Amino acid sequence: MSVLVDKDTRVIVQGMGNTGRFHTETAIAYGTQMVGAVHPSKAGTTERFTGPTDHSGVPGRPDTYDVEVPIYRTVGEAVAATGATASVIYVPPPFAADAIAEAAAAGVSLVVCITEGIPVADMVVTKRILSDTATRLVGPNCPGVITPEECKIGIMPGYIHNPGRVGVVSRSGTLTYEAVHQLTRNGLGQTTAIGIGGDPVNGTNFIDCLDLFNQDPATHGAIMIGEIGGTAEEEAAAWIATNMTKPVAAFIAGTTAPAGKRMGHAGAIISGGKGTAADKIRALEGAGVLMAATPTDMGSAMLEAMNGR
Amino acid sequence: MKVHEYQAKALMQSFGIPVPLGSPATTVQEAVEAVRPLIEESGNPVVVVKTQIHAGGRGKGRFVEHPDLGGVTVVTAGIEGGVAAAETEVRSLAEQMLGSTLVTVQTGSAGKRVNRLYIEQGIDIDRELYLSVLLDRAVSRNIIMASTEGGTEIEEVAASTPEKILRAEIDPAYGLLDYQARDLAHSLGLTGQAARNGAEFMATLAAAAVDLDSDLIEINPLVVTTEGEVMALDAKMGFDPNALYRHAAVEAMRDESEEDPAEREAAEFDLSFIKLDGSIGCMVNGAGLAMATMDIIKYVGGEPANFLDVGGGATAEKVAAAFKIITRDPNVKGIFVNIFGGIMRCDTIAEGIVDAVREVGLEVPLVVRLEGTNVELGKQILDESGLAVVSATDMKDGANKILELAP
Repeated sequence: MSVLVDKDTRVIVQGMGNTGRFHTETAIAYGTQMVGAVHPSKAGTTERFTGPTDHSGVPGRPDTYDVEVPIYRTVGEAVAATGATASVIYVPPPFAADAIAEAAAAGVSLVVCITEGIPVADMVVTKRILSDTATRLVGPNCPGVITPEECKIGIMPGYIHNPGRVGVVSRSGTLTYEAVHQLTRNGLGQTTAIGIGGDPVNGTNFIDCLDLFNQDPATHGAIMIGEIGGTAEEEAAAWIATNMTKPVAAFIAGTTAPAGKRMGHAGAIISGGKGTAADKIRALEGAGVLMAATPTDMGSAMLEAMNGR
Repeated sequence: MKVHEYQAKALMQSFGIPVPLGSPATTVQEAVEAVRPLIEESGNPVVVVKTQIHAGGRGKGRFVEHPDLGGVTVVTAGIEGGVAAAETEVRSLAEQMLGSTLVTVQTGSAGKRVNRLYIEQGIDIDRELYLSVLLDRAVSRNIIMASTEGGTEIEEVAASTPEKILRAEIDPAYGLLDYQARDLAHSLGLTGQAARNGAEFMATLAAAAVDLDSDLIEINPLVVTTEGEVMALDAKMGFDPNALYRHAAVEAMRDESEEDPAEREAAEFDLSFIKLDGSIGCMVNGAGLAMATMDIIKYVGGEPANFLDVGGGATAEKVAAAFKIITRDPNVKGIFVNIFGGIMRCDTIAEGIVDAVREVGLEVPLVVRLEGTNVELGKQILDESGLAVVSATDMKDGANKILELAP
């Protein structure tokens, strides 16, 4: 079991440029079902990917891949032809918000937007559009979603992951890798790792992911990695206190980040003085979450939290 | 990206938002020449000389060179002595202010050099209010915030009397609705023509914030004049850096003299760099990991000299540029490179470090922690380079090692 994605998830890619092609190939090598791509000017053609899989030599799994990915004019056409339920977006920032809206309009149920640098105002509008749909957005500005050995949607290095018992949710890309790596080393492994992205306006939040992990029988504990700014971690803490039945560990980055470098006072007012690392840590500890003192201790904090139950 | 008050007001004026008359000046001569047309056009013999720096608290700020002089000074000489007297006073102020250093609560003790002034008409103020438009991350929408408590201590108002902060959410599909603007005006105690002016001011400002991709507009104070006009007496504006590509006019307002030279150079290489006061230079990939690296340095008893995120798609050239920016800081007594390679390959990082050290030399200890994609290749490149690089097994080990070498 896992959340959001598994071995049966059929994925299309929006934005088959150099970046999109590179990551489509690594996803295929990992074993992900990449079933189509959207690129208006290349519609009607295909991209062929061949090579050794990440799991060459593993008994029962294929050593090589040879995949023909058809390219469609629109997301709607790609979905109709392939039956894809998930989409990954590598479209450049000025056009990425529109790509999210197009995927939602085509009825894609999971949209993972990797693109970094989308204007905030575009995301405000897009989030408003998504509120009228059943589409779940992960990101933008995130590493993506991975269920180890089943489905990799995004830019994370696949080999650091290992199937296991912990759900990972994080606002930061490389800190996710750090946590995943530690969980692989200490044997806990991951059910699914979700990068929700570091932008001020994003889709899926901490609470959404914790709720999914809470309901997933294979997930025995969850680790959340937050950072300063906003109040998403405080809101997650309140949710954990009343709803979470599984152990949670956490790390918050930015304890030492300077408060200055800010114009005016409005940013501080909006959060009512909240949003510092100290506030977030206090809120999470108050909710019974075990805090990792340093980023090197994330895996051991998770282990301790799970052994404590 | 920030702009000066006078630039923010020019942008607001282009949307029809009422602001006082004013002229920017970078020389004493320009400041003096601004006085006559202002007094003649406004009919008000009072003018105000306002320093233009990217920091708030100017009114209460003081000059290092002239401890009795504030950063915003009202010139009343014109009431008795006419335009000539006002010009004489403005000349004296401009001579003292331009080129001097203003220290405010937001500049830090070093202060900021004043290169520009704004000469503005005097306003007969009835009331001072507070108004801002900004993103509320919790609802993923812009909100408009207002308060009857205008003035510089708005943060205190929010902390001690949060009920005095009014707010309205702006639906991106419709903008600020008329009733929301009317409600806010009413709650601010505006009546009659002032209420209508206030509501229109807020509706226009909310729309301008979206059109300009502003991530913050703060008007403090927003004033009601004795005539019932509502206008922006001060204005701060910030812009979403990701949206500047569609706002050439805003981009052209960038004042590079207000930016840290090292941060500007880093931006040219697409590196995210913030200068700090400590002694351990950091080079990291990813913003979260970069913050966490600063945290762990502090945790083991050190002080980070900078935040530096080389990003996900760095080249050896970019890494070399980052390394040079770090080593140029004379406070740096040691460097900690912390990389978790994903797309960013460890061999790329290693090549960049070797290139940079060969070019600029290395006079301080260097600890490198590599993990992830091509980690063995990266370590091999560093080992074979003959450089005095200490390798670390994890972040904490790396932080401890750099602290031992550069206490």
